[in-house]
Amino acid sequence: MEQRKLFKGKRTRTPGGETLVRLSGVRKRYDGGTEALRGVDLEVKAGEFFSLLGPSGCGKTTLLRILAGFEEPDAGKVVLAGRNMRGVPPYRRPVNLVFQNYALFPHMNVYDNVAFGLRMKRLPEGEVRERVGWALELVDIAGLERRRPHELSGGQKQRVALARALVNEPKVLLLDEPLGALDYKLRKQLQVELMNLQEELGLTFVYVTHDQEEALVMSDRIAVMREGRIEQLGYPEDLYERPASRFVAQFLGTSNLIPGAALEGGRVETPLGTLAVNETLTAGTRVTLSVRPEKVRLRRRDAESANRVRVRVDDIIYTGAENQYLLDAAGFELVAYTLNADVQEPGHEEFDYDEEIVAYLPPENLVVIHE
Amino acid sequence: MSRPGGWKRLLPTVGPGAAWLVLFVLVPTLLIFYASFLQRDAHGWLTGPLTLDNYRRFFGLDAGGFDLLYLNILGRSLLLGLVTTLVAIVLGYPFAFFIAQSPRKNLLLLLVVLPFWTNFLIRAYAWIVIFQRKGVLNAVLGHLGLDPVQLYPSWTAVYVGTVYTYLPFLILPLYASVEKIDWTLLEAAHDLGAGRVPGFWHAVFPQTLPGLIAGILLVFIPAVGTFVISDLLGAGKTVLIGNVIQQQFGASRDWAFGSAAAFVLMGVVLAGLWLYARKAGERGMEELV
Repeated sequence: MEQRKLFKGKRTRTPGGETLVRLSGVRKRYDGGTEALRGVDLEVKAGEFFSLLGPSGCGKTTLLRILAGFEEPDAGKVVLAGRNMRGVPPYRRPVNLVFQNYALFPHMNVYDNVAFGLRMKRLPEGEVRERVGWALELVDIAGLERRRPHELSGGQKQRVALARALVNEPKVLLLDEPLGALDYKLRKQLQVELMNLQEELGLTFVYVTHDQEEALVMSDRIAVMREGRIEQLGYPEDLYERPASRFVAQFLGTSNLIPGAALEGGRVETPLGTLAVNETLTAGTRVTLSVRPEKVRLRRRDAESANRVRVRVDDIIYTGAENQYLLDAAGFELVAYTLNADVQEPGHEEFDYDEEIVAYLPPENLVVIHE
Repeated sequence: MSRPGGWKRLLPTVGPGAAWLVLFVLVPTLLIFYASFLQRDAHGWLTGPLTLDNYRRFFGLDAGGFDLLYLNILGRSLLLGLVTTLVAIVLGYPFAFFIAQSPRKNLLLLLVVLPFWTNFLIRAYAWIVIFQRKGVLNAVLGHLGLDPVQLYPSWTAVYVGTVYTYLPFLILPLYASVEKIDWTLLEAAHDLGAGRVPGFWHAVFPQTLPGLIAGILLVFIPAVGTFVISDLLGAGKTVLIGNVIQQQFGASRDWAFGSAAAFVLMGVVLAGLWLYARKAGERGMEELV
């Protein structure tokens, strides 16, 4: 059961529902003059887990605050569930936000915190009790109703914040780095729980994070943001396997970025020699080749042929599951990861410091970035 | 402190504070309490035997018949304290927010504190200069072609003077609370469907309560007991409980009755606080607001 949950099959669902969030040409400049958003377009479909990923200052939180209604964009259009949101205050929007620091009301107990939204809607107290009970059950904190926020652990606060938002059954749930303040183990656990919740209830999430691993694990689609723009938008695998820019290649995981000039016939002249790629290029254009460290193949001896580079082992970092090799290819630094597999396995090789070996960069794993 | 030697370990930390309280609070209070059961001799000194006459006299149960004089004065003083506190809240609450959001908060805070640099009596006399028959206020009214007003001496002058004097004691602790407000809580309330007024009431107001309560206590208690303001701005015609007590220790030289009046005042204020604290404790902060 847990296994099925842990490895939720991404892209098994095709989010083909109605479009719940539609942003077009959204711009925002703060009083200080910094341009937080420089024209953002995106669409989120019903039932989708959509992540906004980027470093601090990229505009992802501003975008979320615009969706929540705390900021008004200078230009552009925000449509939520088919309604234009211009001038609509936060308290009349079909969304709820889970705040980064939880923002629980310190003078109210857990029950009153969760009941707040329903009471603002003036629901009868009986229905409030029923729905609060449902929400607390959902996030697994039934029994803590009488506690005050300061009597809760970080994980419990997070669950209360989630329940407080979910109980209102928002069309779109906005989450601002909701797991940022938790320790690694708890974060991992809550990631799985959040994903399950989102899938089982068919919720639509817009999830802000700076943690690329979190975004890859949880999202149906990701928008990578940089300096107020969407740098690349797509499925997690697409972003990882086919980064469209050096920034995306480096922000999502680690990449070897090799500068070069295109030659005739799908070949690129690089500091590592001439490398073949699976793409036809216009001769003379400047490109960057990106290859993931785990896709570099290392061999002690290998036939001299295309895309094979002689390297020297500079350093080895042991991380448990994998060995990370820092390699010197005649002055150019390459990184390669090999799985720390069974040493008895045929073909398994491990290398020593200063050893001269061969790194194979398969053409199908060289992503050409035009920049 | 069930462990042996607990007292000895506690002494260096709690000891000095406890000694201070005993010496300067408990002992004088007990002395006044004792004095309130004594009598005045022919020369105005305290003398025995112990009696309840002072309290009887205060509550109008004197030998001379039923007289509500002192209870009336006490009621008048409580009313002054209450009205002063309410007016101070109405004026001070928005002002604390005004300071907190202003880019010149330090200047504004300085202006709030500035009157303390001048002696209190001089400031009270300044109000006389403003309110008297040929004073500043009437000169302004005259220029505007309005009829002069007779505000000195009067209860109005006493009320204005009391609000003026104690307003900063409400603003300062309140400002300390307002400055620390976590505004994301207001955003959270808006996000959960609370409009402007409910949002303020549920997310902002509770955060100002510690400062507001401190301010209320700092205004109400001294306002109820004031005697200088009514002496000066009421020119002796406005008698408050503070004036009664002061007279007994001064002109009338009846320390025993003065002690009894002081004790009744203290009892009424403490009883009020106790009722409030019990109410707040039972129902919890969130249901009180």
